[in-house]
Amino acid sequence: MSEFMIRRFFQSAIVILAMSAIVFFGVNVVGDPVDMLINPEADQADIEATIRALGLDRPIGEQYLFFLKGIWVGDFGKSFIFGQPALQLILQRMPATMELAFAALFLSIVIGIPLGLFAGLRPESRASKGIMAGSIMGFSLPTFWVGLMMIIIFAVELGWLPSTGRGDTATFLGITSSLFTLDGLSHICLPAFNLALLKISLVIRLTRAGTREAVHQDYIKFARAKGLSDRRIIGVHLLKNILIPVVTVIGLEFGSLIAFSVVTETIFAWPGMGKLLIESILVLDRPVIVAYLMIIVALFVFINLAVDIVYSLLDPRVRLRDQGA
Amino acid sequence: MSSEATPNIAGTDGDPQIAAELAETGLIVETPFKRFVSEFLESRVAMGALLTLAAIVIAAILAPLITPQNPYDLGQVDIMDGRLPPGSEAFAEYTMWLGSDGAGRDLYSAILYGLRISLAVGVTSGIIAIAIGMSVGLLAAYVGGRVEAFIMRIVDLQLSFPAALVALMLVALLGKGIDKIILALVVAQWAYYARTVRGSALVERSKEYVEAAASLGLSHARIMFRHILPNCLAPLIVVGTIQTAHAIALEATLSFLGVGLPQTEPSLGVLIANGFEYMLSGKYWISVFPGIALLITIVSINLVGDQLRDVLNPRLKR
Repeated sequence: MSEFMIRRFFQSAIVILAMSAIVFFGVNVVGDPVDMLINPEADQADIEATIRALGLDRPIGEQYLFFLKGIWVGDFGKSFIFGQPALQLILQRMPATMELAFAALFLSIVIGIPLGLFAGLRPESRASKGIMAGSIMGFSLPTFWVGLMMIIIFAVELGWLPSTGRGDTATFLGITSSLFTLDGLSHICLPAFNLALLKISLVIRLTRAGTREAVHQDYIKFARAKGLSDRRIIGVHLLKNILIPVVTVIGLEFGSLIAFSVVTETIFAWPGMGKLLIESILVLDRPVIVAYLMIIVALFVFINLAVDIVYSLLDPRVRLRDQGA
Repeated sequence: MSSEATPNIAGTDGDPQIAAELAETGLIVETPFKRFVSEFLESRVAMGALLTLAAIVIAAILAPLITPQNPYDLGQVDIMDGRLPPGSEAFAEYTMWLGSDGAGRDLYSAILYGLRISLAVGVTSGIIAIAIGMSVGLLAAYVGGRVEAFIMRIVDLQLSFPAALVALMLVALLGKGIDKIILALVVAQWAYYARTVRGSALVERSKEYVEAAASLGLSHARIMFRHILPNCLAPLIVVGTIQTAHAIALEATLSFLGVGLPQTEPSLGVLIANGFEYMLSGKYWISVFPGIALLITIVSINLVGDQLRDVLNPRLKR
């Protein structure tokens, strides 16, 4: 067991190292950092002084080691625009993104599971067909387009919900979030639903597939034979069994919620780290871009590592297969 | 003539009489391709989607001939026509059925020109990604051993990140431009093709015709590309169709965010982004119409892809 975990841990470290090399060489070989880092109005002496100060006159391998050393202590350099350390800038924006991602996760569960359950229990009914058609749309419509339509309908035409910004925040149990104020909640509705749409479709499909398989299982027949109420059969016996794959997938998809929040945050002007990334790309604020990419890679690697380890605890076959490979 | 006659009409091509007799006896007298076409057209939705897609592709190709204006020829665009609602009369005396955008471009013309760019980017990146993914997947399945393990590790690793994130990371590093977007889309997609081809090539590799080809002394490249590959095409076509829709949607998303194609190559995503600033003031058409064009394109490709999967999947054969 521990051997498996150590190996997985090493693999993850190698992935992060490889990504750091890709990101570093992407920035420094494809683009010329001198153009990016130095004020175009500086004179030649200034430029040379800055090059030396930033270590850009050293061999590229040495620069990379320097960059790695920086990552190790969390130093990605200062943002050209804000003048603050890039990491600090991103960490400031992270709570807003996390809040949006959790709200979307919550929505995808409370909307997706009941709809999927219904579609699985009555697959022939018209409502179920409507639900499935809706989930196909949820998969194939681009997120940004749905977001635009939501703004047109709910913010411009109906005027029910605000379409931009984060709203008031309040602190509760040491967590500052807009989820604790009414104004904040009204602001998070549209973006959270927009971000959740893809996951809702996914959860509906998973739940429906699981339900259709489970209703023919012996334990359901047995529960019926015992004369249990429908509510108990569905709520306890069925749900317990179909939730395992659904919860796994939702957990795995959390990383992609954070990645996709880049789109939603930009549309709804949500002040999270995804919007920061797009703004930084547009003004070529390289330290922030690099820091964001490394953080998101680390996040994905961490989620995958965690899922692998939990799976290997639950299912020893995963460990054995890995040894064979 | 035995009742076990081959369902393939190829042998009777030169003899219409035999074909007619076969048809009378009620035997299946179809080539695999004809059967494929008739099965595909069984679904009305799929047929409608295919017709729509064909119309879109033709309209995009013929764009300069069927639009009243070249929206990127500054001599033909009049800033006085800016932000006109649908159905307005342009200064140059044609009706702008879909209205005009902020710079006075006729939206109908701009959408068809945008479709050309969107489709071109989606299809080009798809073809390059297929070529790379196919070769790598085939190589992995054919050579096996460490090469396969190494290739599949990379594929698995890449597939653990969403394609949208991979593409976004690349454009963040590379910057704007049509070549960079295509590169980003290729990198984001190749792994899907590699996995698909490797899966079906593994099955084919162990079949007898491959052994026969090898014992004939054919070169490895010939066995891989002329013998194994044609038998792996069915899943590749399905994945290719669906992935192309993804690529078009992804390009539109990146362009909408302002990190995709530049204003000089206005794909549908760029058009939608241009209209976004006018949306809150109620000038909905500048964003909505290009968006509808994008949706119809993506949904019809997806529907065609779904039907292809149903028809080409041997497990679902009736």
